[in-house]
Amino acid sequence: MSEKTKQAKAQKSHAWSPLAWGLILGILFGFLLQKGGVTNYDVILGQLLLTDFTVVKIMLTAVLVGMIGIFTMKSFGWVSLSIKPGSWGINGVGGLIFGLGFAILGYCPGTIAGAIGNGYLDALVGGLAGILIGTGLFAALYPKLRTGILAKGDFGDITIPKLLKVNDWVVVIPVAVLILTLLIWLETSGL
Amino acid sequence: MDFLAQVRWSPYVVGAGIGILSWLSFLIIKKPLGCSTAFAKTSGIIEKKIRGRHVALKPYYDKIKLEIDWQWMLVLGIVFGALISALLSGDFRLQWVPSLWLSSFGNTPVLRVFVALLGGILLGFGARWADGCTSGHGISGTLQLAVSSWISAIAFFVGGIIMAHILFRIIGG
Repeated sequence: MSEKTKQAKAQKSHAWSPLAWGLILGILFGFLLQKGGVTNYDVILGQLLLTDFTVVKIMLTAVLVGMIGIFTMKSFGWVSLSIKPGSWGINGVGGLIFGLGFAILGYCPGTIAGAIGNGYLDALVGGLAGILIGTGLFAALYPKLRTGILAKGDFGDITIPKLLKVNDWVVVIPVAVLILTLLIWLETSGL
Repeated sequence: MDFLAQVRWSPYVVGAGIGILSWLSFLIIKKPLGCSTAFAKTSGIIEKKIRGRHVALKPYYDKIKLEIDWQWMLVLGIVFGALISALLSGDFRLQWVPSLWLSSFGNTPVLRVFVALLGGILLGFGARWADGCTSGHGISGTLQLAVSSWISAIAFFVGGIIMAHILFRIIGG
């Protein structure tokens, strides 16, 4: 085998493994989402109506565990962060539009995949079709939006520690304490 | 193995599990978990099949390539993972109208599907506008302390809480 075909073969097998890992991580993710109850419309709307705090409990615990692990591994040089650049136009306005859709649909892009696996037909027939139309609409309007509202209030790919010009842990530890306090408060107040 | 057949797990166990999944994603794939880009790629791929190759030339599809990537497989995996979990616990059921919706808006599948379609359009449009969703910004971005993700996550819930109250406390109340 020539050096070139060897290289091509190595590249090909390398290109396959993220797909396989994506599927495996997805199966675990979907399993957890379903066991958490968040593939269910009633649980998500319960959160947005502030009567059921399951979604917030899951998200805050995931952020707490994820954050401590990622910043520890970053300290060891095992991982590097992958920060999305942003602006007020992108994240503030886009986030609000997403939120309105989130409440009307009752699923988000991750949980709708889980809802489909759970057998919920409103997710499969209505929601999935809608998301595909909505993302297509955005692709069509992107050239106009890109130089307009999306560029407003740009702040780039910054993290809170960088913004405050402090060491990561100066933010990680207080955020961890804040999340823990919030979770304990939610639990003791019976929510 | 009884725990696999339970309908619900504690949200703290589920949350911790997702946190650990985020470690694996960073370690193995070198990227954070995210879901919404996969839908945008699917939309572009379908449009390309219907309308022809020029669809791929849109500037947005230069930004997110129209190919099946690991995140697409992740979303496919979620369908199977949720299906397995629901089958193991007997929580799988074919259902058109969720019970909370039914209590305010009745048992008509057409109405629920139509509203889900409208909500999906806004959600898909907003997810691309915000450059991420409840996974990519709400979990993966916030846990990295990204400014863009904290603003997005707060906006998701502000928009969501307002619209949920309009729907169920004003229109359906």
